[in-house]
Amino acid sequence: MDFETIGVVGAGVMGRGVAQTLAAHGMRVVLLDREPDILDAARDEIAQSLRLTGLFGKAIDDIPAVLDRIVTDTDYAQLERADFVVENITEKEEWKAAIYPVMDCVCRPGVIFAANTSCLSITRIASWTGRPDRVLGMHFMNPVPLKPVVEVIRGVHTRDDTLDQARVFLAQMRKRAVVVNDMPGFVSNRVLMPTINEAIWVVQDQVAPPESVDRIFQSCFGHAMGPLATGDLIGLDTILLSLENLYAAYGDPKFRPCPLLRKMVDAGFLGRKSGKGFFEYS
Amino acid sequence: MTSEIRAAIRGFVLAFVKDDLLDDDENMFELGYVNSLFAMQLVMFVEKTYGFSVPRDDLKLSNFQSIDAIVALVEERLGSAR
Repeated sequence: MDFETIGVVGAGVMGRGVAQTLAAHGMRVVLLDREPDILDAARDEIAQSLRLTGLFGKAIDDIPAVLDRIVTDTDYAQLERADFVVENITEKEEWKAAIYPVMDCVCRPGVIFAANTSCLSITRIASWTGRPDRVLGMHFMNPVPLKPVVEVIRGVHTRDDTLDQARVFLAQMRKRAVVVNDMPGFVSNRVLMPTINEAIWVVQDQVAPPESVDRIFQSCFGHAMGPLATGDLIGLDTILLSLENLYAAYGDPKFRPCPLLRKMVDAGFLGRKSGKGFFEYS
Repeated sequence: MTSEIRAAIRGFVLAFVKDDLLDDDENMFELGYVNSLFAMQLVMFVEKTYGFSVPRDDLKLSNFQSIDAIVALVEERLGSAR
């Protein structure tokens, strides 16, 4: 294998999924987070998720062996061993800005940094390092082990061979890349967010209730999930934030958030995580 | 006992599926109503509610694709534990 030890920075939902997938495909993982409690929870959840792998395909024979390949730590100096780094910390620019100089200092020169983000500028993230040609975006989808394709983002300075190596890295996790250029929202969010927003306008205008809107996408278009259930899953506060970011970036009124979306966020109806959004969750 | 299990499972499923007309033998995944995240939540709901761990060989989608299939799995596990 070209990449044997992978640094995974941030052990939230996305970091856990990335770490699990890497370890399940034979790589060694150094999973880092500031919080020991989050690392413990990550290990438990990865173990549970590995057990459920058989639901969606081939069951994993030796789960303890997979877990043994994951080392968790709060010390970023551990990244000196990494052949490739995937950064998954919360999508707050100032948090990410604090960590990249540390990664840049600890990691060997030439080691690639993949920023797992759905919205932040890859070119800006790259500017926080002394290796902007070795930085690219990898927008993994949730749940990571089950999603075969990753939206890969090329920043202004990203070198061709960085992208080539990123493809090799992803192939080691049995995933493929769709490479896009760096503009706000990339492809995924730039198209998805206005779609969810428009679905909310439709509800606000009483064209149809949420159930009907989503049924049309699921049963007529064959989407696995309707736009409103997707909004509930992502979190309506995140949807609002993403739309505000797109609106600010492009200054285009097509990204203006629907008033009903604002009202729901103000009311604390954030979707699945709060038990209620456009649908109710027990 | 069976009717209680069926009602509990139907209640959990319908909270996600939002279709009162869903028949107990219909495949929720083929209907496009639910996805992989739901499948995982369903397994955890069943394990927590009925206090057993689904063995590896039974962890397959066909055992969770319809309300009938889930009820059968739960009854078999509860029966074999007795």
